[in-house]
Amino acid sequence: MTIAITLVYDRIRWEEKAISKAVENQGLSIRRIDAKELVLDSSKGDQEVERELGSLVLQRCVSYFRGLHVASFLEAKGIKVINSSEVSRICGNKFLTTLYLEKGGSPTPKTLFTFSGEAAKNAADLLGYPSVLKPIVGSWGRGVARLNDKESASALIEMREDTNGLFNQIYYIQKHIPRPPRDIRTVVIGDELISANYRYSPQGEWRTNFSKGGRIEYCEITSELQDIVLKASGAVGGGILGVDAMEGPEGLVVHEVNSNVEFRGASQVSNVDIAVKIVDYLVQEAKR
Amino acid sequence: MDKKCSDCDGTIVIPDDALSGEIVSCPDCGLEYEVAKTRSNSVELKPAEPVGEDWGE
Repeated sequence: MTIAITLVYDRIRWEEKAISKAVENQGLSIRRIDAKELVLDSSKGDQEVERELGSLVLQRCVSYFRGLHVASFLEAKGIKVINSSEVSRICGNKFLTTLYLEKGGSPTPKTLFTFSGEAAKNAADLLGYPSVLKPIVGSWGRGVARLNDKESASALIEMREDTNGLFNQIYYIQKHIPRPPRDIRTVVIGDELISANYRYSPQGEWRTNFSKGGRIEYCEITSELQDIVLKASGAVGGGILGVDAMEGPEGLVVHEVNSNVEFRGASQVSNVDIAVKIVDYLVQEAKR
Repeated sequence: MDKKCSDCDGTIVIPDDALSGEIVSCPDCGLEYEVAKTRSNSVELKPAEPVGEDWGE
């Protein structure tokens, strides 16, 4: 059986390059398709689409909506996409992620949702201070703000009210978890937790995102971490995921699941080659 | 391979193993470009797409 992998991207990051090299090193063929150049024809038959785009697609678009819609098209034409459109839909939207984590029994910070600024101010009061206001779509810590007190909450919520983003009038306010100045990034592939690392906040910053310049350190995989991370992965549908956890006073809580996981930072301290593990998983999925 | 920045004329060095879709930036002015390799394997640069509201992991 010849295995060919199609990588759909809209920007080649370090990760897409690492995956491409790992595919080639295993003697497999890879076709890279820029989603920005695609013209998808709804009337084409499944076989024609498969001939053009392949039978197994790794969807790695940085644009949530672009990736979601490309995956939906491909799946409608019978093509296997990893991660699936459903997993991307859930993980690309924090509102949905929280609902699925709760439903799946994963410990996650209490979150209130509102659909107007006025209700958001009430929600912040109910939750208490500090709490955290997050946009429901988007990542890398952008737009995430700590509501330190009633006054700052009002100001930040009023600023949000004046913006025109598609989802900006959906307010996601999360209980602030007192934690050390770090969180835990894990990479899950299928049913295996393959890597865990601490992400420390950079100087003068409370957010821990690697893209904000956070420092990376190896984190041992304990049974508690393994249990909650795999539970969270299962709750959103599984695949190739970045599950982020925090060390709260009552134990670990999962605050985010990324379906387009960036693992450049994790690779600095991981004992395993994450890109190779991803390719192994794709091969396994191709044979299923 | 080197290319000139269309904005400031700075020199952008493109790594030999660069793939289409990879981002390079001008060391002088910071402007980002997307690498585009043609069928004849020559390299062109096009302006990189600005970061969108829905971008992320």
